[in-house]
Amino acid sequence: MTSISQFISALSQYNFLQTALITAILVGVMSGIIGSFIILRGMSLMGDAISHAVLPGVAVAYMLGINLLFGASVFGILAAMLIGYVASHSKLKNDTAIGIVFSAFYALGFILISLAESTTNLHHILFGNVLAVSDADLITTTCVLIVVILFIVLFYKELLITSFDTTFAQTYGLKTQAIHYALMLMLTLVTVSSLQTVGIILVVAMLITPAATAFLWTDKLHVMLVYSGVFGAVAALVGLFISYTFNLASGPAIVLVAAILFGFSFLVSPKQGILFKVNLSNHR
Amino acid sequence: MFKIDKLTVAYQGELILNQLSIAFQKGKITGIIGPNGAGKSTLIKGALGLTATKSGQASLDGKPLSKLKDKIAYVEQRAAVDLTFPISVFDVVLTGTYPKLGLFKSPGVAEKQATLAALEQVDLLAFKDRQIGSLSGGQLQRIFVARAIVQDAEVVILDEPFVGIDMASEQSIMSILKRWCTKGKTIIVVNHDLNKVTQYFDDLIIMNRGIVANGPVGETYTKANIHKAYSSDFGDLLFEKDDRQIQEGGANDEY
Repeated sequence: MTSISQFISALSQYNFLQTALITAILVGVMSGIIGSFIILRGMSLMGDAISHAVLPGVAVAYMLGINLLFGASVFGILAAMLIGYVASHSKLKNDTAIGIVFSAFYALGFILISLAESTTNLHHILFGNVLAVSDADLITTTCVLIVVILFIVLFYKELLITSFDTTFAQTYGLKTQAIHYALMLMLTLVTVSSLQTVGIILVVAMLITPAATAFLWTDKLHVMLVYSGVFGAVAALVGLFISYTFNLASGPAIVLVAAILFGFSFLVSPKQGILFKVNLSNHR
Repeated sequence: MFKIDKLTVAYQGELILNQLSIAFQKGKITGIIGPNGAGKSTLIKGALGLTATKSGQASLDGKPLSKLKDKIAYVEQRAAVDLTFPISVFDVVLTGTYPKLGLFKSPGVAEKQATLAALEQVDLLAFKDRQIGSLSGGQLQRIFVARAIVQDAEVVILDEPFVGIDMASEQSIMSILKRWCTKGKTIIVVNHDLNKVTQYFDDLIIMNRGIVANGPVGETYTKANIHKAYSSDFGDLLFEKDDRQIQEGGANDEY
């Protein structure tokens, strides 16, 4: 208990900690929401790929001194398009195309960053350093969250139907490819926002784990989106608290909390909880 | 009239359909039959723009289909959707209102009422809050028919709607198709079960890559045509049974 009150008093004392906490929570919410669509579309690997593929974009943006979001978006979309192109213009399976493109982008990113900056920066990009979040970063993150929520609200119908029944969407003339690439763009924006809280390597955990946890608790898409955002936020809050109290890296701490939430839900959730199933069979 | 004009489709260099043209009558149920690999589903997917075509297009009353996509309802072979998706029976049927809503508009009261009415028609109102994975094959197929009801399209195309479903569901779907017919809609059913061809369809298209026969079912569903499309043994076997049926009770009276 004392550690909690210490955390709270530190929050009121240190501006940087407040900024870090708010940013982490915002990122938890946005990655939970976008992640729901990623897992429902069976694109977990794609989520991983895009999050890694933004690295050269980040490096180029550093070099040119422009906004990271811009550089990352260009490379994220480029990677998504290349993956789509390779998969549809060869007999290779989609996951193979993903593997080739994202590892190449990631490698390119490594080289560019080592050319541009010192190794500490690379480490922060890969694993996050939430305590170094600036007020400007917080504003950017807030903007991204607003864009993500607007995107989901405005295109909810289209996201639902292209995720659930692509053929039906195509039959009535919906541009399913446009929806796909718009979602990829959102994914890159979320990834860049997550850079400082969890880092590139663990972004995928924040996309998938809270969404998967939410999936276990509900049969309704809009409820899943809300739960997923909440689980993401809770993981960020508790993870940052653990990180601060025990002096552990913030990204891994947040991701582990998300994983524990999932593990707990896996055991007890009504939809597919292992324990619940055992219970049911006992009653029968 | 719903028409397919000079449709050519090839898969990996192999020509599946070559310059195929066909028209479907309003107010009729047209069956499409043919052996596996005859190109039945390819014909539909090519016409609807769901698969790449080399040439050809579909049109409705002289206007190209690409501009009239909300006039067509397509009930796909059942296995295609993700049954674990977090969506209720009601919400699946509600997606039938999306084509007419367009961007940025959410389904309102009218759309929701239409959805409830369609669920009532397929007798699944009691299941409206269920997640779709908990339904039987027949119930699921009725849900997709209910979605087509909500779409209120001019042309309804069903690909193998009766595969793996119970008789009650099959009857329920057939009665809805007949009702649509009386409203002047064009109904197209791809089917591979030949047993009920004469009972279910007004017109019949027999395919094997090209069109073997096309016209009123009484004229097209002959031993000779089945011979041409399938193997001759198959035709003999099938019509032996049919001949027996005719002797027993005159199942083909109306023709």
